[in-house]
Order: sequence, then C-alpha cells, then structure tokens
Amino acid sequence: MCLPMKKRQSKIDPVTGGSDIRPPVLWDSLMKKQAFENFIYGVFLLLGLITVGCVLLITVYLIISGIPAIREIGLFKFLFGKTWASTAKTPQFGILPFILTSIYGTAGAIALGVPIGFLTAVYLAKAAPPKVKAVVSAAVSVLAGIPSVVYGLVGMLVLVPGIRSIFHVPDGASLLAAIVVLAVMILPSIVNVSITALEAVPQEYEDASLALGATPTETYFRVSVPAARSGIAAAVVLGVGRAIGEAMAVMMVSGNVANMPSLFQSVRFLTTAVASEMSYSSGLQRQALFSIALVLYLFILLINAALNFFLKRSKEA
Amino acid sequence: MKKFGKGISVALVAVMALGLMSCNALAANLKGTVATDGSTSMESVIGALGEAFMEAEPDVTFTYNPTGSGSGIQAVSEGRCDIGLSSRALKDEEIESGLVETTLALDGIAIIVHPDNPVTDLDVETIAKIYTGEITDWADVGGEAGEIVLIGREAGSGTRDGFESITETEDACKYRQELTSTGDVITTVSQNPNAIGYASLASVGDTVKALAVDGVEPTEETVMDGSYVVQRPFVLVTREDEELSDVAQAFFDFALSEDSAEIITLAGAVPVNVPADEEAAE
Repeated sequence: MCLPMKKRQSKIDPVTGGSDIRPPVLWDSLMKKQAFENFIYGVFLLLGLITVGCVLLITVYLIISGIPAIREIGLFKFLFGKTWASTAKTPQFGILPFILTSIYGTAGAIALGVPIGFLTAVYLAKAAPPKVKAVVSAAVSVLAGIPSVVYGLVGMLVLVPGIRSIFHVPDGASLLAAIVVLAVMILPSIVNVSITALEAVPQEYEDASLALGATPTETYFRVSVPAARSGIAAAVVLGVGRAIGEAMAVMMVSGNVANMPSLFQSVRFLTTAVASEMSYSSGLQRQALFSIALVLYLFILLINAALNFFLKRSKEA
Repeated sequence: MKKFGKGISVALVAVMALGLMSCNALAANLKGTVATDGSTSMESVIGALGEAFMEAEPDVTFTYNPTGSGSGIQAVSEGRCDIGLSSRALKDEEIESGLVETTLALDGIAIIVHPDNPVTDLDVETIAKIYTGEITDWADVGGEAGEIVLIGREAGSGTRDGFESITETEDACKYRQELTSTGDVITTVSQNPNAIGYASLASVGDTVKALAVDGVEPTEETVMDGSYVVQRPFVLVTREDEELSDVAQAFFDFALSEDSAEIITLAGAVPVNVPADEEAAE
C-alpha cells in the first residue's frame, strides 16, 4: 500500500506541479514562508507609517491651530508688524522682530561657525596626524552631545558677563551672546558632515594634483574642497537648521525682549517667543504663539528642502 | 522648577497627612469635584493645597483652571466654578454684584539688586520711574554711576502682573531682559552690579539684596502687617447668595485652616491664618 503511493508522489515535479494533487507538506511550508514574509513586510510598513504619521499629525495640527490667529490679526499685520505686546490692554501681535532676529542670529552663527568648522574639517580629513585626529574627533563628538541647556547655562554665567565687561555695555544678554552660543552649537554638525564629504573625494584626484607639482595646501583647496562642495553646502544648511530651531540655549542668553534686532540689544527669537510665553498664555495670545510655531515650521521645511537638494547633488557628483 | 515644586508638594502631603490624623479637621469619604478657576500667580499655592486635599480625600477630584484673576472672578459669578481665585482684592462693583472675598494668603514681591549695590531703600514712585525709563542711572537714586539694567518677567507672568499693577507701570516697563523664571531673574541680577529685578519674596536668597521699600524691609512680618507695600492678596472668591457644595466647602475650610499655613508658606506665600495668631485670638 505504501510503496505505490511514494512512487506516485516522486513523479510529480514540486515546482511546475501541473496537477491539482500537490504534495501537501511542501505547499504548506511555502505558504507559511510567504505568510511570514508578508507579516514582516507589514511590520516594516507599519513602523514606516508611524514616522510619516507623526510628521503629518504635527503638520496638520500646526496648520489648524496656527491659522485662526493669523486670520484674526491679518497675515500682513502678523508677519510685518513691528510690535509684540501680547498682554497689553490693546494687544499687538507683530512678529517681524522675531523673524529678523532668527534670520540675523542664524546668519551670524553661520558667519562665525562655518569658517571654523570648515577649516577644522579640512585639517582633520586631510592634514592631521592620526593621533591628533582621534583626539579632536572625540572632542567634536562630545561637543555634539552636550545638552543645549548646558550651553545656555555656561553662556549665562560666563559669556553674558564677559560681553558686558569687554564691550562696556550695561548688560551682556544680547544678540551677540546668542550668536556666539549658536556658533559653538552648530560646529559639530558642520565638522562631521564636511569631513564625510572631504573623505569621499577620490584619492586619484589628489594624487594627480600632487604629481603635477601642486603643494598639499594647493591640493586641498583647489582640488579636494571643490570636489566636495555639495557636501560642504549640505553641512552649512544643516547648521542653519540647527541654529534656527534652537530655543533653550538662546533663551538663556538673549534677554528675550521683543526688540528689533541689534547686536548689543536684548532680542527674542521665533523659538523663544513660543517657549517663553506658552506656559501662561490664553486666548488669542496662545493662538498667536501657535502661528509663530507655524512660521518657524515653514522656515524649517524650506531649509530641509535645501538640504535635500544639496545632498542629492552631492550624491550625483 | 516644576520638579522642585512637585517634591515640595509630596513632602507637604506627608506633613498634611500627619496633621490630619492628629486633629481630624476633615470628615473623610467626601465625594465629588471641587472646581477652581482664576489667577495664574496662585498656581503653586492652590496646586499644593489641592494635592494635599486630594490626598486626604481620595474620592474628591480637584481641578484648577489657570485663566487669570479677571476670568476667575467672572467664572465664579456665572457659576462656572465653585471657587474663583484672584490675586487682587475684589473691586466694589464686584462685591456689589454678590461676590464674597476671603483672603487666603499674601504675596510679597521683593525688589532685588546686586549685593555690591550701595542703594538700600527706594520708594514706590522711584521704582516706577526706574522701570518706565524716567530714571536711567543709579547715580540719580544714590548709587554709583552706571546705567540701570531692568530685569523683569515674561508677559503673562503673575509676578510681573503683580509688580506692574502695584507700581502702576502696566505696559510701560522698558525691560532690558524678560526672563521666564524667578530663578533666572535672581541669577541674572546676581551677575550684574547694575541690575534691578523683582521676584517672589520666598525665593530670594543671599546672592542678591532685597531693597527696603518706603523704608520698610521685606519680611514675612512686614508683609503680614501691610507696612511693606509691594504685596498683593491671594483671594478665594465665592457667591454670596449660594452655598458651596459639601466638597467645595470642605476644601474652602481646609485651605483656610491653620494646618494649611505651612503648605502656603512652602509654596512661597505668607498665610493669613497662622497657628500662632489663632492661639492669640483664643
């Protein structure tokens, strides 16, 4: 009874099958494998959707809660009004001082931080002896890991009194203090991304340049840096993103008064405008804070788009 | 700061529990909700009282809606909450409209300067002139020459609201810095010899010097007897024509009992019903 059955089974090709009498064991395991694969795909998809879902949720929430105040105040009055007096008897909600402060502050931090960070990266990627490179790289990593409130605290206790006595101004809490703190904070991202870009430059380019009689310095700046320029641009944009989104550290050193920006004046950034008033706010004031957050979010989206553009170009190059 | 506050309230709850066991001030097993609404400055005081009350009466839900004194008074007059919270005394027309005020505590606001500053005493008018930018140099008020740096709190802060209403400088202060916590104000003033700031009396330590106002040093006693003028009352507001629910009445009595005095002190205000006073009264 058993033998003929076995013979008959072995004649059937398990893959092409061709008949409806498939071997039940093999079919089952195939189905199981497939089901497991599908399940894993499902898990991956779900996890991916959670991330996308968070972004969508935040975007939708910010738009819904940010629009009413802009409608009530008027877009032009809101974006270009020069006075912010949210709790005055006749409240005024103009956020131009915040927008300009955020732009000036970020530009200042870039102007100060990029040359330092960029040259550090060139040194580390091309010229530094391995031991020095290891020590400096470790230091840069530590700098990246310091919480922003610590930057703020050191700024408040050292930098602010320092600025007061060096520049003989009545008070050191100012745009300048915020710029210095931000410049230090963006250094790690600029250094790390620039190093990656510089190290990706093919060795042959540099060898050829040296063989043609160029000095090492000429080679770094005429060959390596131009070849890595998209990556370096991405580093700068990343720095801009970090600087414009920072709240805690700048809140502690910038004085937080809604003045039009000026280097030695107390200023308020977009981020700190939201953070400093949120806890006690109510009514239109609270809605206006959401609108500020929406404006900040649009800035961040623009910066992200720019970052993606540079990274894509860097990959193509 | 928040965490610190929580720690205090936990400690308080323990103190309270002991106190309750000994004096049996509350009939246990009340059920229901106590809704309070109003002053943001009273947050730490009313929060600590509410937590201690809920600890003693586990079936009671205590809610606090920080909307500001004006909104709180409005809410209680419209019957939207049990007890309104106000960090100013009621106006005559509010009392005429059938509201009753009961002072829970007093809040002293210290005017602080750098310890090296030779100035020790200012009057309220001078303080107002300094904060509105009429006086800009310490030399004009008896100090060493130097531009006065005005440190204040952010818009919406109860301390700022209190300071500006007492000195009548609402919306007119020319701040150099608007900081978001009492601690930041004290740190900043302690760093700058030319700075002046204001902070809740209970938080002021040795790092800064609290000025006398109109010749009166800010202490718990001078706040109590009213001679230190930069202060305001924390008031519980109720409706005259309507009795409180059992739970709300229990909270009301609890808040004003002498056992609550310590909670109020630790939350940074000067309680009105201190045990010593009650003993003296008896």
